[in-house]
Amino acid sequence: MAVAGLDLTVETRECFGLLGPNGAGKTTTIEILEGLTAPDAGDVEVLGMRWTRGAGEARALRERLGIQLQDTQLADKLTVEETVRLFRSFYRSAHSVDEVLALVELEEKRTSWVGKLSGGQKQRLAVACALVSRPDLLFLDEPTTGLDPQSRRQLWDVIGRFRAAGGTVLLTTHYMEEAERLCDRVAIMDHGKTIASGTPRSLIASLGAEHVVEFALADGSGRAGAPGPEELAALPGVRAVRPAVDRIALTVEEVHRAVPALLALLERRGAELSLLATHHATLEDVFVSLTGRQLRDA
Amino acid sequence: MRDHPLVQLTLTRMREFYREPEAIFWVFGFPIVLAFALGIAFRNRGPGELRVAVLRGSDDSAVAATLGHAPGLSSVVLDSTQARLQLRTGRVALLVVPGETVVYRFDSTRTESRLARLEADEALQRARGRVDPAPVTEERVTEPGSRYIDFLIPGLLGMNLMGSGLWGVGFSVVQARTKKLLKRFMATPMRRSHYLLAFILSRLVFLFVEVAALVGFGWVMFHVGVRGSVAAVGAITVLGALSFAGLGMLVASRARTIEAVSGLMNLVMLPMWILSGTFFSYARFPDAMQPFVKALPLTALNDALRAVMIDGSSLAQLGTSLGIVAAWGLVSFGVALRIFRWR
Repeated sequence: MAVAGLDLTVETRECFGLLGPNGAGKTTTIEILEGLTAPDAGDVEVLGMRWTRGAGEARALRERLGIQLQDTQLADKLTVEETVRLFRSFYRSAHSVDEVLALVELEEKRTSWVGKLSGGQKQRLAVACALVSRPDLLFLDEPTTGLDPQSRRQLWDVIGRFRAAGGTVLLTTHYMEEAERLCDRVAIMDHGKTIASGTPRSLIASLGAEHVVEFALADGSGRAGAPGPEELAALPGVRAVRPAVDRIALTVEEVHRAVPALLALLERRGAELSLLATHHATLEDVFVSLTGRQLRDA
Repeated sequence: MRDHPLVQLTLTRMREFYREPEAIFWVFGFPIVLAFALGIAFRNRGPGELRVAVLRGSDDSAVAATLGHAPGLSSVVLDSTQARLQLRTGRVALLVVPGETVVYRFDSTRTESRLARLEADEALQRARGRVDPAPVTEERVTEPGSRYIDFLIPGLLGMNLMGSGLWGVGFSVVQARTKKLLKRFMATPMRRSHYLLAFILSRLVFLFVEVAALVGFGWVMFHVGVRGSVAAVGAITVLGALSFAGLGMLVASRARTIEAVSGLMNLVMLPMWILSGTFFSYARFPDAMQPFVKALPLTALNDALRAVMIDGSSLAQLGTSLGIVAAWGLVSFGVALRIFRWR
C-alpha cells in the first residue's frame, strides 16, 4: 500500500505542496485526486465533485482540471503547436494556442518538434498542455525534477502567473526550497503518511529555532575528545542536536551565542574542525528532525 | 471542425506516421520492391530459347546451322572441354556430337534438356529427309491472369494490409502506453472511442495510397489488371484494413512494452505469411490443414482479392471470404475494447 490514512484539504486559490522523498506516496496521492487511480477506501472530493458519481460528473470534472504527470513523454515528432492544438481539442472551453504558448513562453518554439526541445522547454510544454483547458485547479507532479536552476525558475514564473490569475495549484516536489518558495501550505509525507502540515513558516517555527549550525571534526583529531550530544545540547541557545553520518547538526536560536560556545568547547577538547556552516532553518531541516533522515537520500 | 478531437487525433496519427521515414518505406516501398524483385525473377519466359552445343569436329557447322534455324533453339560450336563444362553448369541444355550416328549428351532429369533433345532431334531428322505423315498446325494462346505476378500482386496487397494494420495500430498504441501518453490522455476529457476511431480513420486515409501504389505499380510494370470492378477491390481492401486494425488493437490491448508487442505481432503474422497463400498457393498444404488455413483472415482476404482481380468475381460471390475477414475484425475489436489497458 503506497498511501494510508491521508487527510488533506486544499483551499481555493492556494498553492498546496506535497513534500517528501521518492517513494513517500506523493504520486499515488495526486493520481487518486486526479481520478487516475481508484482509492481502496476513503473519500475524494475535488471542486465539489466526485470521481465515483458516474461518467458524466467525471467528465465535467476533467474539463476543469489541468494535469501534468511526472513521466509523460509527449510525441517527439509533433511540433509544439500541434501538441497544444491536440490537447485543446479535448476541452469544451480552452485557451487559444497563442495564449497558452505565451503563458509558458514557448512562442519561439512553436514550429519546433517536441523531440528537439530542451528538458525545461519540454516541461513547460507539458504544463502548457495542462493549462490549455483554463483549469480552475492545476495538478503538477514533480514539475521541476531534473531541471537546471534557470529552467526551474522559468517554471516557477509560469506557476506564479497562473496563481496571479486566480488559479489553485496542488504540486508535489522533493525540493524543499521549491515548496518554500511556491507553496502557501505544505504537507510533508513519508512512507505513505502525512507527518506534518501547515505553512512553511509555521513548520520551520515548529523546530523551535530559526538557525541550523552544522559541524564535522577532522579525522584523527581525537574522536575520544568529541563532545557527546548531552554536552552539545547544554550549550547556550541550542535547541536540538541531530547527529548525521558525516556531521552533527544543531538547531539554534541565536547563532552569535551558540557558535562561540561550541568553538570554546571543541578547543578545550583539542578537537579540530573540518566543517562549520550555518543556515536559516528550512523545510529540509523539518523533514530531517521528523524522520532522522536526509530528504535526498531518504 | 478542425478542432474536433477526432480530427486532431487522426491528424496526429497521420503526422506520426509520415514523419517516420522507416515506416513509409516498410508500408509503401517494401511491397513494391518485393513485387518488382519477384516479378522479375519469376516472369513467364516460357521455355524460351534453349542453348545447344555442337562438338567441334567434322560437319560441325552444318549441324550447328540446322539447329540454329530450328524454332526455340540456338546453337554454338564448342571444343570438348568447354562443352563438358557448359553442359555440367547448365549453360547449354544439350550437347550434340555430329557423325554418322548422332549422339545426344544431356541430363535427362532436366526438363529443358529433354525439351532440347526433342527439338534438336526433330530438326536433324527433317534435315536428313524425314517426312511427317500427318499434317499439323499450331494455335497458341496466352491466358491473361495466369502469370505468377498476377497471382502475387493480390497476395502482396493482402499481406501489406495485414502488416500495416497490425504494426500501424499495435505499435502506436503500445508506444503511447509506454510513454505514459495514454495515461495523460486519460487525464483529459478525451473520449476513448475517439482515440480508437482515429486509428481506423488514419488507416483508411493511408490505405488509398498503399493500394494505389501497389496496384498501380503492378499495372505499369507488369500489366497486372483488375478483371472485376475496381470498386469491389476498394471495398475488400477497406474491409481488410479495418479487420487487421481490429486485430492490431487486440494484439496491443494489454502489452506494456514494445518488445512484448513485437513478439505478439510476429506470433500473429508469421503463420499467415507462410500459410495464407501470399507467395504460393495454400493448396500445397495437406488436406487436414485446409480448414485451419482457410479460416485465417489473410487467406480469406487473399482469396477475395484474387477472385476479383484475376477471375473478375463480384462481391456477391465472395460471401464466405468476406464473412471470415469481417468476423475476425469484429471479434478482435470487441475483445480489445473489453480488455484494453488504458494506462
